[in-house]
Amino acid sequence: MNTQLMFIQVFNGLVNGAFFALLSLGLAVIFGLLRIVNFAHGALYMLGAFVAFALGQALGLGFWPALILAPLLVGALGVALERGLLRRLYGLDPSYNLLLTFGLTLLVQDVIKQVMLSRYAVSSAPYTIPQELVGATNLGFVFFPTYRLFVIVFALVVCLATWFVIERTRVGAVIRAATENPTVTQAFGIDVSRWVTIVFGLGVALAALAGVLAAPIYSVEPYMGSELIIVTFAVVVIGGMGSILGSVVTGFAVGVLVALGSALYPPIANTLVFVLMALVLLLRPNGLFGLPEAK
Amino acid sequence: MKNKVLILTAILSSVASVAGAQKLSDNVIRVGVLTDLSGVYSELAGQGSVKAAQMAADDFMRANRSYAGKVQVIGVDHQNKADVASNKTAEMIDRQNVDVIMDLPTSSAALASVEVARQKKVVAMVVTGGTTALTNQSCNRYTFHYAYDNYMLANGTGTAVTKRGGNSWYIIYPNYAFGQDLNRQMTAAVQEAGGKLAAPSDATPFPNTDFSTYLLKAQSLKPKVFGTMQAGADLVNVVKQYNEFGLRQQGIGLGIGLLFETDVAALGQNAFAGALATVPWFWNLDDRSRTWAAKFEKTFGKKPTWAQAGVYSATYQYLSAVARAKTDNSDAVVKALENYRFSDFFARSAYVRPQDHRVILDVYTVQVKSSAESKEPGDLFKIVARIPASRAFLPLSESKCEMK
Repeated sequence: MNTQLMFIQVFNGLVNGAFFALLSLGLAVIFGLLRIVNFAHGALYMLGAFVAFALGQALGLGFWPALILAPLLVGALGVALERGLLRRLYGLDPSYNLLLTFGLTLLVQDVIKQVMLSRYAVSSAPYTIPQELVGATNLGFVFFPTYRLFVIVFALVVCLATWFVIERTRVGAVIRAATENPTVTQAFGIDVSRWVTIVFGLGVALAALAGVLAAPIYSVEPYMGSELIIVTFAVVVIGGMGSILGSVVTGFAVGVLVALGSALYPPIANTLVFVLMALVLLLRPNGLFGLPEAK
Repeated sequence: MKNKVLILTAILSSVASVAGAQKLSDNVIRVGVLTDLSGVYSELAGQGSVKAAQMAADDFMRANRSYAGKVQVIGVDHQNKADVASNKTAEMIDRQNVDVIMDLPTSSAALASVEVARQKKVVAMVVTGGTTALTNQSCNRYTFHYAYDNYMLANGTGTAVTKRGGNSWYIIYPNYAFGQDLNRQMTAAVQEAGGKLAAPSDATPFPNTDFSTYLLKAQSLKPKVFGTMQAGADLVNVVKQYNEFGLRQQGIGLGIGLLFETDVAALGQNAFAGALATVPWFWNLDDRSRTWAAKFEKTFGKKPTWAQAGVYSATYQYLSAVARAKTDNSDAVVKALENYRFSDFFARSAYVRPQDHRVILDVYTVQVKSSAESKEPGDLFKIVARIPASRAFLPLSESKCEMK
């Protein structure tokens, strides 16, 4: 393969990487701070795309308002889920939240499928690229779809902002303290349970945001999250469970790796991620960016 | 006097029963529609297939009074899984006394189901499954392949596109039985028609959402045609990204292996406009088709796909064969089907080939209309070429079928 094609593939990989990064970031935030393995993350990503589509159908709202509204709405649903369901499981064996979130995935997928089949008469829905971003941009070595460039930049900004808020601000410090040692934090007069809810909602909103970004590239369909989420879990494991920086860097890196793999030898592309995961688990069980679990 | 009446009654009733003599097992013909009621193909086959079979049963009973009340249709979900399909087939035959298995989308599920049906000596009519293995190396006495297959798709589209100037191809295909088979058939058809491959075909993971790698490769190869053997949701993603990467503007046409009306609906017809594909039927093919489609739409609420229309036709022809054989005994029905020639609203110049049980019929290479060209909602295709039944399917000389 020539160098130009390699270069294009790296770029192309960054687009997929952007989705991996946004999703694994949400997973990492939720896991790192709440110790919840959120299996419903893929379904919530799909829900983001679907809400964007439905807003357009019902209210005629375009991509830009949906980019803000859909994550807010789905994030609010996340808050309700945390308050109504997940909250009851804290302190119990982790397999309970695993089963609950997995069950939620099935439920959400089936409900959306029924809604789409009955209301829109198609099992996958068209969602078009916003007018401003239609077309291709000349990068010097290739004409690349403008919308895909936007996805890369936008995802990077969101990832950095999330990292910054959690690692470098006072709000982030409170969140980290609240999850590290709830009792002491509570003693300082901070409402820990409220912060837990906010963090969960934030993680869910990130998934929904990725969904809205994905809608114009992939078709909106009930199972669009189920395939992606498997790779995303691998990304989280490779990056280190709960490591925010790890999930972002690994997300983009895995995207590039898959793109290069599929250009060199397509059949291996999807397996590559899991080979990498196996290697990382053998050599660094806590992931590339993970710290050993505090005892 | 009394005796005479009795004798007369006896004679009359025996004459009546001879006239309508039907040796039906348990006095009922049960049609089992084994299909995808919940997954990716549920929209193009699914409940619509069950509905179509029911319509065929009703029409048949109306036309053949002596069968009134004797045909039952049962819809069963095989979830596109081979193991589920074979379990359900056994269950339908053993417990529900089903006399024929119908529809069978997803090649792997179809192959699994017909094998069970063969062992139990029950007729299976595959409508929505595509693999040529059904009438080729895996052919058997009780299996019939209706509507379409991969050879017919490739032969129709590959030849038509190549002859229209699309003589260099780059093909991608999903890496499982259906895609591998279709890629082989398509490549052969393109080369046969004098075209060439710009690069070896690429196998893509299945299922897959992102096809940008292959679209970028196509950009650099600059073939005349980008051939995609993906189906259903994967096809929708390929076509979406084909447009996003602007391949059409770069002069790279789109050749589609397997296309259902629902795929076009999912993306809007402009995304597909200009693409060529081969289909056995579409609803506004002619007046007869339109009449039937209107009836279907009235009861089902949606326009029929060609798969659903095929299920109607296959069910009706099976029932007609039972009527000719005057029994639902499989061997007799098979005999009544073999060599049978017919034309209905779906299958034109149709003939049931006895050597491999391929049902051959006229098929059509169509071009997807842009929405500006459409005259009414759902008006999707215009005919580019009608391929006569005799040339549409694998010639017997190339068949590996050894019918036992």
